[in-house]
Amino acid sequence: MVLLACGTAMAQLPIYNVGRAPTEAELHPSDGVVGSDGKELPPGRGTAKEGETIYAAKCAACHGKNGEGIYPWPRLVGGIGTLNTPIPVQTVGSYSPYATTIWDYIQRAMPPFPLEKNLTPDNIYALTALLLYWNGIIKEIDVMDKNSLPEVQMPNRHGFYPDPPQSTPNKDGTWQPYWNQAKPAAK
Amino acid sequence: MNSKMSDRRGFLKGTAAMAGLAVGAIPFANGNALASVTPGEPNTSMGVTKLGVTPDEPNIQDLLYGGRSRYETTVRIPSVGWNGATGLRNLTPLQDSIGVITPSSYHYLVQHDMHITNIDPRQHTLMIYGMVDRPLVFTMEELKRLPSVSRIHFLECTGNSGLMHYKSMLHDQKLGRADLTVIQAMHGRVSTSEWTGVPLSLLLKGAGVQKQASWLVAEGADLCRHAKSFPLAKAMDDVIVAYGQNGEALRREQGYPLRLVVPGWQGVNNVKYVKRIKLVDKPYYLGRETSSYTNLKPNGKASWYESQVGPKSLITYPSDAHHLPERGLYEISGLAWSGRGAISRVEVSTDGGRTWKDAQLQQPVFRKAFTRFRLGWNWSGAETVIMSRCTNEYGDIQPTMLELAKLWGDQVTPHYTGEEIEHWWETAAIMEFLNNPILPWRVKPDGSVQDALYNTLYNTNGPSKNSYYSGGKI
Repeated sequence: MVLLACGTAMAQLPIYNVGRAPTEAELHPSDGVVGSDGKELPPGRGTAKEGETIYAAKCAACHGKNGEGIYPWPRLVGGIGTLNTPIPVQTVGSYSPYATTIWDYIQRAMPPFPLEKNLTPDNIYALTALLLYWNGIIKEIDVMDKNSLPEVQMPNRHGFYPDPPQSTPNKDGTWQPYWNQAKPAAK
Repeated sequence: MNSKMSDRRGFLKGTAAMAGLAVGAIPFANGNALASVTPGEPNTSMGVTKLGVTPDEPNIQDLLYGGRSRYETTVRIPSVGWNGATGLRNLTPLQDSIGVITPSSYHYLVQHDMHITNIDPRQHTLMIYGMVDRPLVFTMEELKRLPSVSRIHFLECTGNSGLMHYKSMLHDQKLGRADLTVIQAMHGRVSTSEWTGVPLSLLLKGAGVQKQASWLVAEGADLCRHAKSFPLAKAMDDVIVAYGQNGEALRREQGYPLRLVVPGWQGVNNVKYVKRIKLVDKPYYLGRETSSYTNLKPNGKASWYESQVGPKSLITYPSDAHHLPERGLYEISGLAWSGRGAISRVEVSTDGGRTWKDAQLQQPVFRKAFTRFRLGWNWSGAETVIMSRCTNEYGDIQPTMLELAKLWGDQVTPHYTGEEIEHWWETAAIMEFLNNPILPWRVKPDGSVQDALYNTLYNTNGPSKNSYYSGGKI
């Protein structure tokens, strides 16, 4: 009983004594956020081949049969090597720095219709594999899972600055992008 | 300003907002001009309108939750181009803004899908977890028991005033949209509200943030579950877990029942419908901090995690939504804001940037919030360009387009070639986000007002021939 009481006290906001401890299920949400190291990725696996059927059924209507995009929905394939040209084509292949981001985004937001939103982790691994394959980043037979996906090297991994992003303010209290560099116009 | 001018100005604003509907004016004996035709459903059953007064039968719904006069027709128009087609995005009518508070009904919204989220507040909880000693779950009722703060802050969409919107605007105008003005379609992704809620720092301290935590990830409960990571240092500084807006609960499209307000930082950080906050030890490189909301430069490198909104100001009257009926006295009025602190000064030029006068600032001035400025102006009737520039309490001055271009590493607008327009939606993630240049309006001798920045960017070979990019320096 003493231990239980202690546990309850620990599981509330001190002083105000509100809030409760999350359940185990809440602490490990099946739709939780996935960072670049992939440590939150769930079990499961998928290949580009397996992704093709799911893509055709769930994604092609907006993103095109081969990921070419249908206005106004974004293109998903191509653009590698174009970022410094007059017509940069930004896709998850040419622009995204981490493959895990693709997994997180599909899981989080796709497809954007309530009744269609039922992709399993296997589906999402397969779709991620398909997009990586279509962009020439992995092979068709490569299996994507919680270990292999974070290892995928994206072509634009080092295309962003500052790297790493700013975690603390500048000395003068400002944050990127340093507005005080703009000088006053002459009187 | 005398009452005659005030009425005329209100009338003109109303007609502009009606986007091309034919509206006549009846001059009344007292000299006021009143609209003779109004949209909506004028009540004619009560007989002839006498001096503009037509009594209505009381509408019980209007009395239970107040509606506006039928003579007020301003609306939040939908956004332009792909931006308006891929999500619910509606724009604040800055041309009709009054004072510093944006009514909740006018607050801009950017939703990344086509659904308005409906959440039962009795079911909604907020979980703080990850690198904390005590992961905690709060109900709405519990959050409302905690010490609260009310603060007035602007929110501005990361892409507000972005050049890509001008391209989309021209495109939509070609397709026949008649409701677009530069002031609303280009600049209407900014609003100011009084936000009420619990300081996030109180919840984080209570949960016991562990030493290794340096970032957090906030997730919303909307259909596409918007998520964004940002540094813990900002969270501990002034972030609010807000349930109130302008004296009532948050509006649905503003995140009801709970949202983050991240003062002075780009809108994408202000996660709506917030349900989980995870403490982590690095940025999470999510979709809306890598694939989009980043700023690709001509050299192929992109800046990311840009956060703080620079000092910015805009003349809201007169603007391209207005028409000046005659030469004479007008009050130039506008809004200024800065993500770093309070606005300390706004200067206005009525001669294309050659000379500047200090405008009067509406008091009190709130930090990281709209500041209303006003300056009397005697318009001679000749063509001229008017513009404003602001300074914040640290001396940061609103830059010119040329100065911004240097910060961007751009030739002002290299991405927007004719060739590229064919591909514009493929490259839609290119948004030049550092969008706080001095914004000029050209007043023509016929009293019409035009944008004097964006159209020139498109219609000339570059900015060097035009002084307005440089605030009159060239």
